[in-house]
Amino acid sequence: MASPGVTAGAGLPLRARRRRVGEDVVKGALALCALISVATTVGIVVALFVPAFEFFQEISVVDFLTGRNWSPLFEPAHFGVLPLIGGSLLVTTLAALVAIPLGLGSAIYLSEYAGERARGVLKPALELLAGVPTVVFGYFALTFMTPLLRRIGIDVEIFNALSAGLVMGVMLIPTVASLSEDSMGSVPRDLRDGAYALGSTRVQVATRIVVPAAASGIIASFVLGISRAIGETMIVLIAAGQQPNLTLDPRQAIETMTAFIAATGAGDVPTGSLEYKTIFAVGATLFVMTLAMNVVSIRLVRRYREVYE
Amino acid sequence: MSRALKGGVFKALLLLSLAVGFVMLGALLVDVFRDGLPYVDWMLLSNPPSSSPLDAGARPAILATLYIAGLLLLLAVPVGVGTAIYLEEYASKTRWYNRLLEVNIQNLAAVPSIVYGILGLAFLVRGAGLGRVLLAGALILTLLVLPTVIIAAREAIRAVPDSIRQGGYALGATQWQVVSRQVLPAAIPGIATGSILALSRAIGETAPLIMIGAVTYIAFDPTLLGPFTALPIQIYSWVGLPAEEFKFLAAAAIVVLLGILLVMNALAIWLRNHYRRSW
Amino acid sequence: MITRLGKIASVALLIVLLGALAAGCGRGRGGGGAGTTAATGGEGLSGRIQADGSSTVGPYTTAAAERFRDVEPGVQVTVGVSGTGGGFERFCRGETDLSDASRPIKDEERQACEAKGIDYVEFHIANDALTVVVNAGNDWATCLTVDQLKKIWEPGSKVGSWKDVDASFPDEKLSLFGPGTDSGTFDYFTGEIVGEEGASRPDYAATENDNVIVTGVSGEPGGLGYFGLSYYEQNQGTLKALEIDGGDGCVAPSVETAQAGTYTPLSRPLFIYAKKESFTRPEVEAFIGYILDHETEIARAAQFVPLTGEQALKARASYEAALKEAQG
Repeated sequence: MASPGVTAGAGLPLRARRRRVGEDVVKGALALCALISVATTVGIVVALFVPAFEFFQEISVVDFLTGRNWSPLFEPAHFGVLPLIGGSLLVTTLAALVAIPLGLGSAIYLSEYAGERARGVLKPALELLAGVPTVVFGYFALTFMTPLLRRIGIDVEIFNALSAGLVMGVMLIPTVASLSEDSMGSVPRDLRDGAYALGSTRVQVATRIVVPAAASGIIASFVLGISRAIGETMIVLIAAGQQPNLTLDPRQAIETMTAFIAATGAGDVPTGSLEYKTIFAVGATLFVMTLAMNVVSIRLVRRYREVYE
Repeated sequence: MSRALKGGVFKALLLLSLAVGFVMLGALLVDVFRDGLPYVDWMLLSNPPSSSPLDAGARPAILATLYIAGLLLLLAVPVGVGTAIYLEEYASKTRWYNRLLEVNIQNLAAVPSIVYGILGLAFLVRGAGLGRVLLAGALILTLLVLPTVIIAAREAIRAVPDSIRQGGYALGATQWQVVSRQVLPAAIPGIATGSILALSRAIGETAPLIMIGAVTYIAFDPTLLGPFTALPIQIYSWVGLPAEEFKFLAAAAIVVLLGILLVMNALAIWLRNHYRRSW
Repeated sequence: MITRLGKIASVALLIVLLGALAAGCGRGRGGGGAGTTAATGGEGLSGRIQADGSSTVGPYTTAAAERFRDVEPGVQVTVGVSGTGGGFERFCRGETDLSDASRPIKDEERQACEAKGIDYVEFHIANDALTVVVNAGNDWATCLTVDQLKKIWEPGSKVGSWKDVDASFPDEKLSLFGPGTDSGTFDYFTGEIVGEEGASRPDYAATENDNVIVTGVSGEPGGLGYFGLSYYEQNQGTLKALEIDGGDGCVAPSVETAQAGTYTPLSRPLFIYAKKESFTRPEVEAFIGYILDHETEIARAAQFVPLTGEQALKARASYEAALKEAQG
């Protein structure tokens, strides 16, 4: 791996300069890639907030955020978004209750207990679960989970938050597990070896050495999972219902922010009308919520990141 | 004694966590394959859709999905990895704009797919006048998966120990040489994982495509700048049709879609294993 | 080791899929295989026709497009289902050639078209009997009057149980399902039953996907919903259609009662609107002509209510007039 172009004498300065230009070009090209993400954000902000701003000229922000009645497309129209937010949070909480423990558990098993061969089979299989389209999960929730819940005695409505939340949680297990496992896998072996050498059990190594060491990646996977839960559209569109309903009872039908946007946006409300702008008002609300979550999570990750070497 | 017991219980719990996911996956697959496998035949792959289940096929949808997969590979992965390299290797962490960039990407990963759909509708379909075409769908899905690819690539690059880099610099290599010849190859397993997850998610996305108008009935092969429909949308619309045979057709289409994903996954696994190293 | 195992697994699955493919010929589906038959006539037209609009009419247009493809394989027809209102929105922006509609065009929409200089022709291509359905296990309700329906569906309605509808009904929770506000079916139903288009109670499961209504009503013992006749006809095992008393006694929805006009007030016309400008294109002309020539056949295939003789004649006349205008 001898570095090219290391020659003594007069040739060196010329070579170095040329290489530096190439370096700058590379850096420029890479920065350009990074700018695409900035352009995307700018685009989203403009696309969402300009119409949302127009919306809030007509409907007061306070009424919007505190109102408990959401029926913007009916007469008389009500624009209280709490039922939608409540619906999203209910489903997300259920999903998180499933995905986080099961995902982390799976990851720990894969990383610390499974042999190379097992991991080689299990991990791709888990990724297959992640690849199943959300439409499929939606119908699975409706046609399999809901009847199943009814059969074991939980009296759910045909569309309900519970089925959607549980299935969404299962869908997110691979997201949490895969990223956590990658993160745990990158914890250097010497840390584990050291612990074993000191007489720790596997449980202790897993829970007291590896997981804390991989905390940044693990937390990142949790946040990604939760964010995806809040933003998930198809499962809730198909299985959770389209009845704005402010409730803590997961057996009832609800409507999430995303389902509302999809149902209304895919339809045909006339562009420019107040009803149309509700899409952007709700979209903007969703965006702000996820933004806030992410700021918090980035702070968390930074606090707990451990650096090796 | 109790230590061993605790260990055993712990291990059992972990296995249980893993099992739940697989049991659900199993139930789903059995359900889908039982309904759909009899309907996976040459007709499904070569015929366009039809209101008569006897003749219906998913050819335009399958082709569109394959084109989109190809376009995503060409667009999302290079840009995503490029951004990740920039952030991890080149960007000075103290500069405010770089920190903002990081936050920006983290946030974009959490933006719901439906919002990307709105973005696509506003800027690509109407704004740039592309219309409701395949290219617009592919571009929007690229933007959708970009943050996930970036995040995964960053974790992978970050996982490469610094000693490797320092070693390279010590030997006089330039930054790009260190990155391209040492860091990147070492990071490929993680990048491959992240890209698979991202692409798989994109192939199955329905919401953004609905927003930019992937029509539900299209009987001809899709072109880059023509109207299109994709497999997930075809599935969604088939399940929405009253006749029961369409549910089976939808299941069959799901089988095909899963088949495509399986091939993609197998390729990525091979990549990852071929390049895996441990430190 | 790992690579091999992974490879073996994928190869195995591929073999399974291939096996299924090979075994594919001749089970599950009979020798249908219509696919792309060669043109049996037609002047070899080509071009693209874009249709969008009602989810009720969509299947009709799709059925028409498929049959048309057998005659003119060179013409590409796309059919979207954004909903009647959404269809008009695109139509009046000039984005589509045809707009499917389960209700007549509204004034605002007409104005929007005029503003963009879009001239159109309205074709009444089929009829529909808007059907009110309940769960197949519902053995207490057979017939509802318009007033009862209005009491259930009007804005501010607090009717939550079947007992509230009629004291002789059991106290079963009334679970309501129906199309969303984007739907032409919604507009028509509210217009006829509640008395004002768009006036409806908001606390029901609103969806654009009619099969969701099927699932909902068949899954809730006290379920009640409404949609086009074709959706009921294809789900007769799990749903029961209510007879409607529009003032002259209870009438069940069917092709006959819809055509005879006795199923009131819920028999309705279905339309396809065509841009006059598109009429100058031979493929659009041919497609509409084909629909009008074969509307009964298409309606039966797609399970719609065909036009009466008189309605068919009127539609033909509009077509001829539009043709003349396009050519003249």
